[in-house]
Amino acid sequence: MEIAFLLNGEQVRITDAAPTVTLLDWLRETRGLTGTKEGCAEGDCGACTVMVAHQPGTEKGAQAINACITFLPQVHGLALRTIEGISGPDGALHPIQQAMVDHHGSQCGFCTPGIVNSLVAAQIRGDRGFDRVLAGNLCRCTGYAPIIRAAESVGDDIEDIPHWLHEFPDDDLGGSLTIAPESADALADWYAANPDATLIAGATDVGLWVTKGLRELPQVCFLHRCRDLQRIEQTDAGLRIGAGVTIEELRLAMAGRFPSFAAMLARFASQQVRSTATIGGNIANGSPIGDAPPALIALNARLHLRKGDARREIALEDFFIDYGKQDREPGEFVEAVTIPDQPDRLRCYKLSKRFDQDISAVCGCFNVTVENGAVTAARIAFGGMAGTPKRASAVEAALTGQPWGAGTIAAAAQAWEADFKPMTDMRASAKYRLDAARNMLTRYYLEDMGKPVNVQEVRA
Amino acid sequence: MSVTKPLPHDAAPLHVTGQARYVDDIPAPANTVHLAFGLSEIAHGSITDMDLSAVRATPGVIAVLGPDDFDEMPDCSPSNHDEPLLATGDVQYLGQPIFLVVADSHLAARKAARLGKVTYQELPALLTIEDALDAQEWFEGGPRIYATGDAATAIDGARHVISGVLEMGGQEHFYLEGQAAMALPHEGGDVLVHSSTQHPSEIQHKVAHALHKPMNAVRVEVRRMGGGFGGKESQGNALAIACAVVATRLNRPARMRYDRDDDMMITGKRHDFRIDYRVGVDDMGRIQGIEFKQYARCGWSMDLSLPVADRAMLHSDNAYFLPHARIESYRLRTHTQSATAFRGFGGPQGVLGIERVMDHIAHYLGRDPVDVRRDNFYRNGQITPYHQTVEDFVLPEMLEELLASSDYAARRKAVVEWNAQNPVLKRGIALTPVKFGISFTLTHLNQAGALVHVYQDGSIHLNHGGTEMGQGLFQKVAQVAASAFGVPPEMVKITATDTAKVPNTSATAASSGSDLNGMAVKAACDTIRARIATHLADTHQTEPARVHFDGGKVFVGDDEMTFAQAAASAYLARVSLSSTGFYATPKLEWDRIKGRGRPFFYFAYGAAVTEVVIDTLTGENRILRTDILHDAGASLNPALDIGQIEGGYVQGAGWLTTEELVWDHKGRLRTHAPSTYKIPACSDRPEVFNVALWSKGRNVEDTIYRSKAVGEPPFMLGISALMALSDAVSACGPLYPALNAPATAEKVLKAVQKVRG
Repeated sequence: MEIAFLLNGEQVRITDAAPTVTLLDWLRETRGLTGTKEGCAEGDCGACTVMVAHQPGTEKGAQAINACITFLPQVHGLALRTIEGISGPDGALHPIQQAMVDHHGSQCGFCTPGIVNSLVAAQIRGDRGFDRVLAGNLCRCTGYAPIIRAAESVGDDIEDIPHWLHEFPDDDLGGSLTIAPESADALADWYAANPDATLIAGATDVGLWVTKGLRELPQVCFLHRCRDLQRIEQTDAGLRIGAGVTIEELRLAMAGRFPSFAAMLARFASQQVRSTATIGGNIANGSPIGDAPPALIALNARLHLRKGDARREIALEDFFIDYGKQDREPGEFVEAVTIPDQPDRLRCYKLSKRFDQDISAVCGCFNVTVENGAVTAARIAFGGMAGTPKRASAVEAALTGQPWGAGTIAAAAQAWEADFKPMTDMRASAKYRLDAARNMLTRYYLEDMGKPVNVQEVRA
Repeated sequence: MSVTKPLPHDAAPLHVTGQARYVDDIPAPANTVHLAFGLSEIAHGSITDMDLSAVRATPGVIAVLGPDDFDEMPDCSPSNHDEPLLATGDVQYLGQPIFLVVADSHLAARKAARLGKVTYQELPALLTIEDALDAQEWFEGGPRIYATGDAATAIDGARHVISGVLEMGGQEHFYLEGQAAMALPHEGGDVLVHSSTQHPSEIQHKVAHALHKPMNAVRVEVRRMGGGFGGKESQGNALAIACAVVATRLNRPARMRYDRDDDMMITGKRHDFRIDYRVGVDDMGRIQGIEFKQYARCGWSMDLSLPVADRAMLHSDNAYFLPHARIESYRLRTHTQSATAFRGFGGPQGVLGIERVMDHIAHYLGRDPVDVRRDNFYRNGQITPYHQTVEDFVLPEMLEELLASSDYAARRKAVVEWNAQNPVLKRGIALTPVKFGISFTLTHLNQAGALVHVYQDGSIHLNHGGTEMGQGLFQKVAQVAASAFGVPPEMVKITATDTAKVPNTSATAASSGSDLNGMAVKAACDTIRARIATHLADTHQTEPARVHFDGGKVFVGDDEMTFAQAAASAYLARVSLSSTGFYATPKLEWDRIKGRGRPFFYFAYGAAVTEVVIDTLTGENRILRTDILHDAGASLNPALDIGQIEGGYVQGAGWLTTEELVWDHKGRLRTHAPSTYKIPACSDRPEVFNVALWSKGRNVEDTIYRSKAVGEPPFMLGISALMALSDAVSACGPLYPALNAPATAEKVLKAVQKVRG
């Protein structure tokens, strides 16, 4: 294996690294680039944020990623910039760096390199949703206000982007990753023969097995080179989303179709995590608190599984058998998920202690069809209420065929306890989970009636 | 003069380019070893067997130290000699270090540290305030009591008596840079320690003690911290001691940093409190008498809990005159992390207690809480419950300015109208003031030293005892030095805090950094300037009083020269261009046992208006707008001061809203990483955030250029967010919300259900 990438404009080849060495450790300990900081080693604080640009032609622009949970092979073929490569070759500050100085955007300075990188990547993408862009960069000193003032003071026209950030490799960087198949077919063959291997897409979960669980992963396979798993296609059955599509790409794809889903995905982890995490990973790891599955189940999504040349298709909800147990055979992997075409009746309600970049205490997704004042169909699915993402079948039954109104919702009150017996943990108590879940149906109804129910839409 | 200028942080260009160096960024010699602690898996009990063979067998491990490897276990306590570096037989909390791994890499040390096979005999653990109260496990043998007048009689004779209980959670510091240290062995057994600490002298003291060396054998250097907030006042001791012990034993450099989860499991946090109150008021809500019982959960060791709990008592009045008051303080010992200093140092807990009382009184009487607060304000000349006379009270004037600038009255009306029309979403608005006492309550700590050199080229080397953790202390003090010499601040080189340059320093804490070190630096600069002036007066046959330093030049009578020329001239004339400076805060006199005297040199003031919205279906809530007016005296640097206020407010609001520490029934902290412990993120700041320094601010006491300390006071402005949430919940029903903190969405929903009755 030879990992090749561009580091701050300079070609780098690594032949002697174990595949689970993190980019952060390599930068700091091997390369001596200590401007990239470790704040948490789990992709939550953003102090390790670096910027990647993909090879020209992939049109992905620039992305901020967390170096702490990125394994070295994942940057193969990319142009990577750390904070040391953001200012000009002559030492000239990037306009965002200068603005951070002028607006007093740094105090202790430890989060600052990551914040600069997030903002520089956003500038290249032309993304000015700074609250969303910076949700994964924690600052404990400033209260963020001066950082936002700095961000807003810098434009994102082409002339605002310094010339030294336009440099990309002229041609293939070379090197080769023996543990990263280049297509779904190659992956299928390899995985069928090596069913005990750990598949790594964005490493936003598996990364923590290594940095926090301190696990050894004897055999790994990186999926990020399988371009054919990264497509979103309209098919006769609906919108087919490849397993390698990132959550950020999914968010953008949902914005025009299911805006509430897109809005919830804007609160899915952080920009950094969404840029590498994949929909396949979010489904395949089977977490009861992954945010995409409840929405997809409410949309009646179908899951495409593949082992070797054998493919099968199941309802997504049937994939989740029990806590830690999914309907997936050894050597079988998630290839895609399809959302059937349908009118948008979906609303996604994510409850967490903090709005942004938090794990759901409860994530409720409602898809209720109403015709002539009566409920004709209801698909309601929750995360955080059971050991798996789970439908509220009893509630759905209590609604279906009934007039759409407060009386029906009240009559369904008991059904919630039939559907869910949630647990108490550090995120929420069982009672709160159940109360809030029940109230979400009221929120859905009131929202359907055009009433204001969203605190995020209220302004001073 | 460069003082009063809004200059950027001196290290800002280094921060934004990644060049600013923190302890773990210092290049280490090739043979450096890396340390990690093995941690206790139970909260209370004794270790019956410790099998460390798997630890020793881990690749990369060089040595493993257990309790038996020390003739005398080093102590890490800043106060009470009750914190062994490694547990010696008895385990006092889950997460306590019990053995020390030395390895060739950080990762190898961490991996090995998990492989200890430890057998315990478990004992019942006291985890909560109630557990410790039942067991009467407290420091100082019982409650400390401060009193004035006869509270019980005054309450019983009042028209209305109101009582309640307030519970507030602790807070993790979440400095972005975790605890870190590195020790380099020097000749003769001496050691140089780099530590991320607010208190280099304490590191020096504890390391020297652990090594059985005099303090002069240990040098501690601190260039900067990646955030401190009180969490690096005493919590860095263990790492520095471990590194120094290993470095001197192996004669190899040793470095240690806590992984974030280890940091949160091992180190102390803000004290959580329960406060019981009983207050007697008249028809207008004016307090006649009040009783507080403050219960502080201190954790397993004393650490700084006594002065923290003292300061909570000393702020149980906040801005209000309490004619008859009795404050009982219980410092409870539990089998949890040892709670420690955190911005405000008990002050926020004390202030929150009385602000809850104000809110409760207003709800009870149906008055606007602003009116109740105003009617209870101090007047100058009145006496605090600890018998200090309030002489600099400026809140009435600030309050009126803030009410006008925030448009409070109209917005209060708009909130009421909104709430009448919206069944699901409710708004709330609240104003809270802060009066915060400035000085260490341990009076002898109110001293500082400085060392200033002027080189013959006119460049200035500045050193003092304060540490830089992001607050901009170094820049403020450099501005003081530049002003003293009449030169631009670029001519002043700011250097790392170093126990070999300035000895016997106090922690950079209690908001005292610029007050103390600014004065010490000014004294040093004034000494050198006077020598230069005397020299130039001699050479120009004039009076020293006719020598002026301004604009990078020195004016002597009708002659002028650059500051560099003046320095060169003094050097050639064999005039000393180096001086120490020293400052001790005047007027302080305090008896913490009796609760009498003048613990504070002066008070800092501020007030905030916060408006929120809540969702009564889920308890979700947002801060919509915040307006702050804060008194930084005559600000040394308005930009840095506003930075402290904005950051302090958001951190304070975080403490009271999303930042929830959860321990399970075994005493295991379940929120030990940013995945589970939620400090404010970018979008949690108020969308409309108007922050102003009070234009009339000027310290009546003779502080450095009449400025005021600003590190901690704004933290308590965040209390307005909790009170605004309480106001919003009040709109849902007739009962008083008695909203506890942190007011997570869950707690808000619970309070909504409660007020509906």
